[in-house]
Amino acid sequence: MSDNNTLNFTEFRARIGDLRGKEFWRSLEDLSRSEVFDDFFAQEFPQQAQALGKGVDRRNFMKLMGASVAMAGLAACKQPVDAIVPYVNQPESLIPGKPLFFASAMPLGGVAHGVLVESHMNRPTKIEGNPEHPSTIGASDAFMQASVLNLYDPDRSQVVRRFGDTATWGEFVAALSAVANGARANGAGLRILTQTITSPTLGAQLTALAAQFPGMKWHQWEAVNYDNVREGGRLAFGRYVNTHYDFTKANVVVSLAADFLGEGAGHLRYARDYMSRRKVRAGVTKSINRLYAIEGGMSQTGGVADHRLPVKPSQIEAIAREILAGSSANPFVAALIRDLQANRGASVVIAGEEQPPAVHAVVHAINTQLGNIGATVLVTDPIEVAPVNQLASLRELVRDINAGAVQSLIILGGNPVFDAPADLQFAKALDKVPFRAHHSLYYDETSNRCHWHIPDTHFLETWGDARAHDGTISIIQPLIAPLYNGRSIHEVVGALAGGLEQSPYQTVRAYWVPRGGDDAAWRKWLHDGVIANSALPPIAVAAAAPPATNNQQPATGIELEIRPDPTIYDGRFANNGWLQELPKPQTKITWDNVLIVSPKTSEKFGYDPHERDKLVNEKQTRFAEVSYRGVTMRLPIWVVPGYAEDVATVYFGYGREKSGKIGTGVGFNTYPFRFSDALHGGPGARITMSADAPKIYPVACTQEHQSIDPKVVGERGLIRSASFAAYQQNPNFAKDPHHGSDVTGHGSHDTNMYPAYDYSNKHAWAMVIDTSVCTGCNGCVIACQAENNIAIVGKEEVVRERELHWLRIDRYYRGDVDNPEVYHEPVPCMQCETAPCEPVCPVEATSHSEDGLNDMTYNRCVGTRYCSNNCPYKVRRFNFFHYSDYDTPALKAMRNPDVTVRTRGVMEKCTYCVQRINAAKIEAEKQGRRVRDGEVVTACQQACPTDAIVFGDMNDKSSKVAQLKAQPTNYALLEELQTLPRTTYLANIRNPNPELAPAQAQHADTGHEG
Amino acid sequence: MATTKDQQPAHEIRPVTQEVRIPERFLPTPTIEPGHSFSTITDHISTIVLRKRTPLGWLIGFMMALGGVGVLTVSLGVLVGKGVGIWGINHPVGWGMDIINFVWWIGIGHAGTLISAILLLLRQEWRTSINRFAEAMTLFAVASAGLYPAFHTGRPWYDYWLFPYPNTMGLWPQFRSPLMWDVFAVSTYATVSALFWYVGLIPDLATLRDRATNLWVKRAYGAFALGWRGSAKHWHRYEHAYLLLAGLSTPLVLSVHTIVSFDFAVAQLPGWHATFFPPYFVAGAVFAGFAMVLTLAIPARKFFRLEDFITMRHLENMGKVLLATGLIVGYAYAMEWFYGLYSGNVFETFMLKNRATGPYAHMYAMLWICNGLAPQLMWFKRFRTSPFWLFVVAMFVNVGMWLERFVIIPASLHRDFLPSSWGMYHGTFWDWSFYIGSIGLFFALLFLFVRFLPMISIFEMRTLLPEAQAHAEGEEH
Repeated sequence: MSDNNTLNFTEFRARIGDLRGKEFWRSLEDLSRSEVFDDFFAQEFPQQAQALGKGVDRRNFMKLMGASVAMAGLAACKQPVDAIVPYVNQPESLIPGKPLFFASAMPLGGVAHGVLVESHMNRPTKIEGNPEHPSTIGASDAFMQASVLNLYDPDRSQVVRRFGDTATWGEFVAALSAVANGARANGAGLRILTQTITSPTLGAQLTALAAQFPGMKWHQWEAVNYDNVREGGRLAFGRYVNTHYDFTKANVVVSLAADFLGEGAGHLRYARDYMSRRKVRAGVTKSINRLYAIEGGMSQTGGVADHRLPVKPSQIEAIAREILAGSSANPFVAALIRDLQANRGASVVIAGEEQPPAVHAVVHAINTQLGNIGATVLVTDPIEVAPVNQLASLRELVRDINAGAVQSLIILGGNPVFDAPADLQFAKALDKVPFRAHHSLYYDETSNRCHWHIPDTHFLETWGDARAHDGTISIIQPLIAPLYNGRSIHEVVGALAGGLEQSPYQTVRAYWVPRGGDDAAWRKWLHDGVIANSALPPIAVAAAAPPATNNQQPATGIELEIRPDPTIYDGRFANNGWLQELPKPQTKITWDNVLIVSPKTSEKFGYDPHERDKLVNEKQTRFAEVSYRGVTMRLPIWVVPGYAEDVATVYFGYGREKSGKIGTGVGFNTYPFRFSDALHGGPGARITMSADAPKIYPVACTQEHQSIDPKVVGERGLIRSASFAAYQQNPNFAKDPHHGSDVTGHGSHDTNMYPAYDYSNKHAWAMVIDTSVCTGCNGCVIACQAENNIAIVGKEEVVRERELHWLRIDRYYRGDVDNPEVYHEPVPCMQCETAPCEPVCPVEATSHSEDGLNDMTYNRCVGTRYCSNNCPYKVRRFNFFHYSDYDTPALKAMRNPDVTVRTRGVMEKCTYCVQRINAAKIEAEKQGRRVRDGEVVTACQQACPTDAIVFGDMNDKSSKVAQLKAQPTNYALLEELQTLPRTTYLANIRNPNPELAPAQAQHADTGHEG
Repeated sequence: MATTKDQQPAHEIRPVTQEVRIPERFLPTPTIEPGHSFSTITDHISTIVLRKRTPLGWLIGFMMALGGVGVLTVSLGVLVGKGVGIWGINHPVGWGMDIINFVWWIGIGHAGTLISAILLLLRQEWRTSINRFAEAMTLFAVASAGLYPAFHTGRPWYDYWLFPYPNTMGLWPQFRSPLMWDVFAVSTYATVSALFWYVGLIPDLATLRDRATNLWVKRAYGAFALGWRGSAKHWHRYEHAYLLLAGLSTPLVLSVHTIVSFDFAVAQLPGWHATFFPPYFVAGAVFAGFAMVLTLAIPARKFFRLEDFITMRHLENMGKVLLATGLIVGYAYAMEWFYGLYSGNVFETFMLKNRATGPYAHMYAMLWICNGLAPQLMWFKRFRTSPFWLFVVAMFVNVGMWLERFVIIPASLHRDFLPSSWGMYHGTFWDWSFYIGSIGLFFALLFLFVRFLPMISIFEMRTLLPEAQAHAEGEEH
């Protein structure tokens, strides 16, 4: 502020711009006690300020207070200020109670994930995949679904801070321009650290900035950075490239520790494409594809592989070279090679990002050799604006800081203090930088060590653009004005360049106007969520021969695998309760990270299996002392079948010190195990049982039955599976005569004394879940949570088995404990026609609808829990406490207005998204017709990347669901109980190589044997 | 018929060729020790109530019980304030100690009515000295039991929705639910038991009124005596009313626990879904009830010097009932195995295997020891006639019946159909505090009862005297 008393309105306006007003506040005190506001107030109305200064009488105090509150409210106008397409041009489309959908994109790791955002009265409430977007094709993963919670997260940073104290954007800009002016000569000493960036606009801005400050350097670092993939491509093709895959054309897929179905850019698309070749339909399907997985840990991809070879990650390079050479002594690899060679041009070999560049180079050579490049493997220019080796880039930054060459460091996103490799000692180096600013969504570990912190905007709050995994460009359009005074990255970069006046909208628009973005095109781009045909064209390349191996010494001891957490990623989602409580795909652990080993390995280091079983049954475990390259850590041990011997996996991302109410202090920080020369771990770990107290650690695992006799699962017919060959011989294998199902797999009324209810002239809602194509990715679980306002309960309550997910994914193992087959079975409410839960409710809070839904009347429920006791599927969920947050205002705005927020003492359950059914029925009734097939899409179905879940009207014989029910592989869970479930399953069909497992290839059974 | 020592046993009529001394053990033990007259009975029993000085032992006991009521109050306060989440229940196990304790208390509440009604109808006169006490115990046990269903719901303030009352929502309860039947069964049972008990008390209340010296005490008893003057008309009406209530109570003894067993038998959970549950539960209830009567009567008899009225004959008979019902219960445990294995049903078979070898196997083993083995001591007269051993066995049964409900409820729920949903159940601090609190309530009421009301029916005891037999025999009932 200027020192004199004259009003500088220009300056003032710049600063008041920061004060958009809090939409939500806890109390009037909270709202009005903003020092900053008082400052401005005093500036604008000096006479009033004087009145205050003289001492406050009650009357004046009330006047001033009232005025300040009113003004704050006026500023709290939440509609986006810039034109977003449907709203501004068609305001009549905004009907209360009717959601609107807008296309946008969520960047993760820089890569755009196209989304459709459901917006109720300008409040984004739910995210779906954008069917037009090449990476998401209408599906969504857990991160996308949960991002809406991040938007409203009340723990997000809400104010610019200087040394941790409240400051203003104007002050920051002033400080920044001082830095920029100081560096005006050539920008020497000015450094920018960003995450991976594919945004063309931001790229252009940064390029312009680099031109403005030739001495400036731009560094990139992200904990999950794909450096190995990048460097592998450069080894093979001589330059950075981007590789993506077309799994629809691949008959044989070999994954070398690549979890292409579970994570990474484009995984939703890959899952859809890959599984599209595995849907077995009677009379249609002549062949299905085959997947070999060679990996150390058990990934989602490995879990659904037809053949899986557990090896130490360090052994994979040798195997890759054998495949390249075309011969192997290992019968598994030999058979795989023959299979690949029989499918030249129709196969894919893919390596995981944890594998060293050499493996990627070898894999490129294999794909070249097999003629896959250009057919199933598409090589394009990189999608990043400036592809670099991020590790080298960060290392250079730290070296320069330590050399005193860095005067000012602007960190745009990311949390390097937390996630930089431990041996670089980034935090220590950072403290030496004279001017450091951090721009991020949360006031986190890095913000805490910077002079300045600027709150970032969520992608739903600002404009931007980004590329999909194949290079397709999406414009990110905001759904809501920034809730918490965030500033877009474009604004920060703009401020650094001196272009303060330009809003993010203007910046993005200005970039695209000369590139064909006239009004019509712009509208179409926004509407579609993608710029059509903007994918990068494949380039014709052939991989060079890979470099000779330099990794000859055989690895000894236990090999540590360090991977990003499947639900909280690199730690950035630590404050997201939905993701924290999401059971991790293989371990089913929530709210924690553990040391994952195979049963055999755990016994080797002294974990008594009897003690383990006993503890696991009580959701507990013991600690291990893990020493790796001089770092020792105490981690809880968790045993997962199928891990390679002497391999231990830890996930990073947990153990946040400054995250928020949800994420701080949860789990163990394993980043100290990440060394810059071995980011993904390596051999040489030593594990012993920890002798220190506390000995026992509770693990919030939602499903644990490794100690359970596998016979139990088998004889109950819960999972029915066969090889494709066996299926062809006996398509009806899943019909178990002992389980008494009729041909439709829908049970029968024959054994009932009473006549069946007549559903024939009504809708009969039903669901079929294809277990063959389920990867256990959890997209459905969290989509259900977002759609149905399902509360989170916290770690203690999950340990007490009180999680509320309406839909869970049951995981069963079969076969050898060292290398089992994994089966996933999503279990929503079965909507039994003769539902056991209904007759036992004393107050009729649960009843049957005429279209066959098992309805739950929340406000009638008194909470006897009898229905849950009598539910054989245990899909009913009880509010043991008041789990729903009724108090946090921001979370109220997030909820789906069509679904009741349940109170304590009330049972809740899956309703087949009855709110969506009823919306469609009302629409159909208005038009005087029946609801069409596909008109009602449940949240789980919508999210599913592999279309494993199909929902519809069973009475409509042409509907997809009716056709699937007619499949010979259709079966009902526990059908012998005569519950007549409306949800049925298609048996799991795998495609083992007869050469590899002749005995296995013939099996067709209705369950497991030990 | 009442038998006393001065009546000659039938076989002594035969000609005596030599002097025979009948061994003591073949002589029936009396239901009232010799040497009592109408006035000594009245004096002895009414003095316990009317004496001015409250015994120190009573005070200490009552204070401890009141402490339990305090624990109950706090437990209920926290429960209503926070929700049933303070208990150990979870997703596979929706019912835990709430329903275990409910069934346990309801079971205990069976002995009173059985003794009063069924034994009355069967003319088992030895019941007379224990029926009042047992009925009171029944009422207090039902009161403790009633707390559980009322407070185990997620939203107890809506419990009234379980009653069929006309309402603006136009909704009735769902009559197909066994919980609904429970509401009627338990409330009917509580009402009839209370009436039966009260009607039986009226002549004695009048006696107390007549013997009280303090004016206010006189008036208090007088008010509750409903103007009883002991006229022949009064006695006539009384006998009819009492008999009618006995007739009403009799089916209730069978129905209440039958219906409680339906809570389980109607569900389709393995371990619950069994047709033999009703008789099994009724036998178990009688078993539990008699064990609790013994548990209470043995110390009370000692403390109030009532050995003359609650004689060894009573204790022995109760020991025999314990043995008989214990055998029925043991048979039911064995039949569970038979049904489970004979059915060939994988879920039933697994449930049994899990019971015997699963995580709650120790509970199941203790159940067999407490309910299967311990009552076998009752085969021996030595144990049957030893108050100490009877007390020990009764305590075993009390624990065993709790374990039985534990084995039925959480141990069946925790591993049912889908292994993915299996879990464990452990009672929490609040589970136990509610239980201890309900025991406190039970004992507090019991202590008040023994202090302010005659714990043995004075007028009925008087009919047991030989003097009463002459004219009583002809007109009794």
